[in-house]
Amino acid sequence: MPNRIPKAQADLGDLALHEGGAMLLRRAIAPLREGDLLEICGGSSELVEQLPAWCRQQGHRYLPLNKGAGFHWIERGASDPPLIRPAQELAETAEPAWGLAPRGATVEAGGPAFSFPLRRKREVWAEELDAIRQQAANNQWSLIRDISWNALPRLAPELEIAVSQAMTFLTENEFAALYIPARFLARIHPHYREVLEVLAFQVTDEARHAEAFTRRAEAGGTGLGTTANSGQLSLHTLLEESEFTTAVFLLCVMGEGTFLTLLQFLEENAPDPVTAALMRYAHRDEARHVAFGVSHLRYVLQREPERRPALAAAVERRSRLLASISGLSPYVHDALVILAGGGLSPEQVREGARRVAVLHREMDRARSERLQALGFSAEEAVRLSAHHTKNFM
Amino acid sequence: MGSASVRPSRIQPLRVGAVAYDPKVVTIWEGFKTYFERQGVEMDFVLYSHYDAQVQAHLEAEVDVAWNSPLAWVKTQIETRGACRTLVMRDTDRDLTTKIIVRQSAEIATLADLRGKVVAVGASDSPQATLIPLSLLDEAGISPGQGCRVLYHDVMVGKHGDHVGGEREAAYALAAGKADAACVLDSNYLLFLNEGTLDPDTTRVLATTPPYDHCNFTARGDLPEERTQRFVTALLEMSFQDPLVRTLMEMEGLKRWLPGRTTGYEQLKRAVEKFRFYA
Repeated sequence: MPNRIPKAQADLGDLALHEGGAMLLRRAIAPLREGDLLEICGGSSELVEQLPAWCRQQGHRYLPLNKGAGFHWIERGASDPPLIRPAQELAETAEPAWGLAPRGATVEAGGPAFSFPLRRKREVWAEELDAIRQQAANNQWSLIRDISWNALPRLAPELEIAVSQAMTFLTENEFAALYIPARFLARIHPHYREVLEVLAFQVTDEARHAEAFTRRAEAGGTGLGTTANSGQLSLHTLLEESEFTTAVFLLCVMGEGTFLTLLQFLEENAPDPVTAALMRYAHRDEARHVAFGVSHLRYVLQREPERRPALAAAVERRSRLLASISGLSPYVHDALVILAGGGLSPEQVREGARRVAVLHREMDRARSERLQALGFSAEEAVRLSAHHTKNFM
Repeated sequence: MGSASVRPSRIQPLRVGAVAYDPKVVTIWEGFKTYFERQGVEMDFVLYSHYDAQVQAHLEAEVDVAWNSPLAWVKTQIETRGACRTLVMRDTDRDLTTKIIVRQSAEIATLADLRGKVVAVGASDSPQATLIPLSLLDEAGISPGQGCRVLYHDVMVGKHGDHVGGEREAAYALAAGKADAACVLDSNYLLFLNEGTLDPDTTRVLATTPPYDHCNFTARGDLPEERTQRFVTALLEMSFQDPLVRTLMEMEGLKRWLPGRTTGYEQLKRAVEKFRFYA
């Protein structure tokens, strides 16, 4: 090869390829073009053993050289893999071939096409994601660190049983609120990682709530109460919803929105400081979930206002499915009355029943307001709110 | 039933045999098949569990072309009395060498010093890790079995050493002191150094075989060239820059396909004759 001149030199010192020499070679070869020569200067006696095999594996050619010991030539072969530059900024549509690469990274072409069915921004996005994520990160709480379990007094049996029954009902609902975002998480393209993060926080929140409420029920000594079919049927229809925005509407806006009023009611009527604290913390978390739901729905409806009737139809469909259910399960209703009245005397029951009726009206009012904020007419909002499940979630 | 529901093929697809030495072989060939379809080449593949079965099927025209190990190529040459040809091979099939590795501290300076020692090799039918290096030893006057003890590592016999397991076992035997020397393919030697199977501070290369060639696509002599022409062209045109096939090429261990050649099999042929491997 007397007429050829190397395009570049690489000094490997006394490194063999397995000692890091291969890395220096890769860096020296990278800027060269196919067919260019690289001259290697290296003191390791192992290079002569290693270079021919390495070149063959890498698609380069090792050229015998009579220039003297310590010098080798490599002719660059196959060029680097073709790369794709996915959208650096948020894209309206994310490509399956971007796979799990973080937004902003470069991706080798030819990788597997991941199946993320939710890969359009308008299917998943919300404007206030940053604020919600920040709040979620700042407001994480611990049921060990933040709850004074020692402050739990010994309650009258009827009150303790009522608390346990309320906790049982809340936990069922928390499970539904955990499974729904968890199921959708795996379908969302990682390009929209802010949505993943918000939903992941939501899943974590609900898991903590389920643990906290169960623990509260057990701490009083009476154990958990009864799960009614009416509640389960209601949640079953919620879990069945397969479309993301509709599920978010039913869960976060309608269901968790209603729960905000319930949690506030339970905090105000809690017979002990532990229950009150749990309700307060849970309320703060659920308010974030509602904020995401409202924000997502607003984003979608601003772009596709024609989807509003379909959302209304989903509420009505669910209402028809649940038509056989007469109302809130007696287990839950009675527990709320006892807690609100403070006991079982006729006077206490009268006061409790009055407060529970107010609770229902307040839930209905808040739901209607939230629906109107999303652009539903006052009349439509009232009608839809009335169709909402009597089991709150 | 609509009349156009089944489209009869006018050309009999080219049937290509391959040995399933690993589950990835199915992925590779399903992918290649898609590539060939895109290139307008009608082909199908048939997988065999070992090379002897593939050679037999090839001789009986069950397949038109066989993706052969070097030993399967030599066997096909013997069985057809030379009436066969190579079509294409990988860039990584050319000029391989085998390294005979010994411990740094051993008083072994030449191949002759392996007399009376234990030599670890791969599977008994591995060209690179057994037949070729044992032939080199034999030519240096150390007859395997008599002049030295051979420690075989029969991982997946029948697959002609395609699986790296046998060579890795040989390297382990050297590292564990069960053998005085180990025979490994040059690229596997690098791999074993990188992954720590062999310690570069306590082992060294005693000898290197002359270069030899590895796999090739083989066609029987009686198969008309026009039957394979488009298949060969499509292979030679396959590009590492093509996202459709890049991963498959990585799995198959090549950057590009090259025209087949028959000059790199002399060492193996000598070994097969010397050890009466197919006698």
